[in-house]
Amino acid sequence: MKLFSKERPEIPIVDHLKEDGTEWTIKEKLWLGLSISEYKKQFMRNPLNWLMILICSVGIPLIIGRFVFGLGWVTHASNDYPWGLFLGFGLFGMVPLSASGFMLGTTVELFGRKDFHSIERLALLNGLLGYFFAVIFLEVDLGMWWRLPYPMFVSLGPAAVLFLVAWHVATYLSVQIAEVLPALFEWCGWLKGKRVIRKYVLGLTVAGIILSTLHQGALGALFCYAPAKVHPLWLSINFQWIHFFCSSIFAGLSMVIVVSTLIKNGMGWRCDDEFLDNLDYVTIGMAKGASYAMITYLIIKIVAVAHDQEWSYLLTGWGSYYMLELAVAVVLPMLMFAIGIRNHWVKLIRFGALIAAVGIIWNRLNTSLICYNWQMYQEIPHWKEIWITVTVYSFFFMTYRFILYRLPIVYNWKGEK
Amino acid sequence: MKKLFNRRNFLKGGLATTAAAAVLKNSDSKAAGDFTGYPEGMGVLVDLTRCVGCRSCEAACNEEQGLPEPAKPFNDLSVFDELHHGQKRRTNEAAYTVVNRYDVPELDHPLFKKFQCNHCNEPACLTSCFVNAYTKTPEGAVIYNAKVCVGCRTCMIACPFYVPTFKYSSAFKPQIMKCIFCYDTRLKNGDAPACVEACPQEALTFGRRTDCIDMGRQRIRETPGKYVDHIYGEHEVGGTAWMYLSSVPFDKVGLNTHVPKEPIINSVKDFLAMVPMVLTIWPGLFVGFHLLATRKDRVIEMEKEKELAKQNEIDEKEEQV
Repeated sequence: MKLFSKERPEIPIVDHLKEDGTEWTIKEKLWLGLSISEYKKQFMRNPLNWLMILICSVGIPLIIGRFVFGLGWVTHASNDYPWGLFLGFGLFGMVPLSASGFMLGTTVELFGRKDFHSIERLALLNGLLGYFFAVIFLEVDLGMWWRLPYPMFVSLGPAAVLFLVAWHVATYLSVQIAEVLPALFEWCGWLKGKRVIRKYVLGLTVAGIILSTLHQGALGALFCYAPAKVHPLWLSINFQWIHFFCSSIFAGLSMVIVVSTLIKNGMGWRCDDEFLDNLDYVTIGMAKGASYAMITYLIIKIVAVAHDQEWSYLLTGWGSYYMLELAVAVVLPMLMFAIGIRNHWVKLIRFGALIAAVGIIWNRLNTSLICYNWQMYQEIPHWKEIWITVTVYSFFFMTYRFILYRLPIVYNWKGEK
Repeated sequence: MKKLFNRRNFLKGGLATTAAAAVLKNSDSKAAGDFTGYPEGMGVLVDLTRCVGCRSCEAACNEEQGLPEPAKPFNDLSVFDELHHGQKRRTNEAAYTVVNRYDVPELDHPLFKKFQCNHCNEPACLTSCFVNAYTKTPEGAVIYNAKVCVGCRTCMIACPFYVPTFKYSSAFKPQIMKCIFCYDTRLKNGDAPACVEACPQEALTFGRRTDCIDMGRQRIRETPGKYVDHIYGEHEVGGTAWMYLSSVPFDKVGLNTHVPKEPIINSVKDFLAMVPMVLTIWPGLFVGFHLLATRKDRVIEMEKEKELAKQNEIDEKEEQV
């Protein structure tokens, strides 16, 4: 696309009208204004696409196999570790990284910080897709995946934590769709819909905060069901929900920093000047927000150790691992943020954000897999399970890119708004 | 004009509401808090000192529940040496109960322990299930409804005894597989489960849970030194229907002594109590933040409007002049 956008002035599409004054059709917009052969050419030229093809060529048959032969065909069918990578990574890891939607929605719409406007849509989209694919991961993992709506409509168990997760993720997904729809409406030129949503934006944002607080917390509280299984250092009965909620704040912000960096470097042709010019400023701003969340998180993690009288655990091997996690996944990026913010070293912040985002996945995997059944044995996921996880994640990547190429997320629509 | 309500109706309504609230509150307080099991609930006392590891109970269970025939026959005792991931045998989709051998250094003979669902008074599987697939029956069994289960396997996470297992082998009809106390075929009619009936050693005693506890205490009292002075399951995770007597500390025979004394759901109550607070407080709080944060813009706007109004007034006056 970089080449095409240099050669042809009308590409990338930012307006309803072509150079000659006629309108782009939706089909042309979908093909990015390229002919099919041109589209193919740009597709083949990108080595990332070859990697995707490689992953999917094995992964898609594996996914089909999972649905035809059952979960036992792709996993170790463990009764000791009922939750594997699909939930450990896909649900518990993806959801905190998707907290960006409500974070920046709140910043811009609720606190009126219009200076973060240029990144808001990206954060909302990041949230929406993260949640959507967390649900996809869940579907891959559910034994009776066709019964997904059962907890909502068929048989209700409202006193269970998972009931809250189900309802909140479902309603929040709808809220996020509503929040991202204006971009779609601009792109296809249906302004009435955009105006309708604009009216409810404050309500949607507040709903987003409530639902996020509760289900980010609820994901943590799920582990309170296993007080005798998860290692005590990774489980605090009283504070688990707030640990998960608080860490999702910097996880979501770090994820947006990581994604925006990738966009800036790999998709520069798609961004407009507002996005690129503001990026360093908003990155520093988000890093500031993330550092506050990190220091809070660090303190409440220590408070939890003190509250449960777990100091002696810190001297064991598990304790060293715990401190390693906190040092690498929280303290290190926090220091990088602090130094980066002070000296305006945006590159350092970006690197720190990558560490923090990976670190949060590490924390969730520790809680759900590695330090789960710590007194038993270590489950190492089946290679098929790992491959399917990577495949679904690459679907996430491709969908993300597909939307960024088209909808006005990192650029402003020039036509009617 | 129609009156919506007069004083008499209002009083009536008020009284009715109060009465309803009182009744509801009463039934509520019965259900919540300390549920210690149905008074008539049945239980089983497992006496480890009597078990000889013949596996008759395993065979009886297999037949009663129509489970697939195992690779090794039930009289094959080599299964006691099997280790999976360094762990002794456990329940799975083809076995609702297993017997394991424990070599305890202090004793000159091994101990055997039968294990199955303990049928808790306040089961973690039940309280963690978001589709209400589990029921604790007044007879004491924890049963499962495969028709509503979505296969999320949270019950397997929640169960402190690692009891529920999943039929991973099935793509189209997977379900949770666990001991149901022979509820459908026996317990409902007041009969002992198949395993208890099959035990040749009277290691398993079936009776009312309260009676089982009495009997356990009696055995401990009457044979001093034979038993550890504790009935495992009397208080563990809020009490279980199946309970154990042992001559050695329970952790030496593979029973987790670190499980909480309270029902598992108590660990989650902190969070559950916070939910309605967030739902009700957050909207007001954050709309308030919004109003505070955008106050300056509003003030500027208002001043602009005032100025505009003034300007208009002046304009109008000028026009009149």
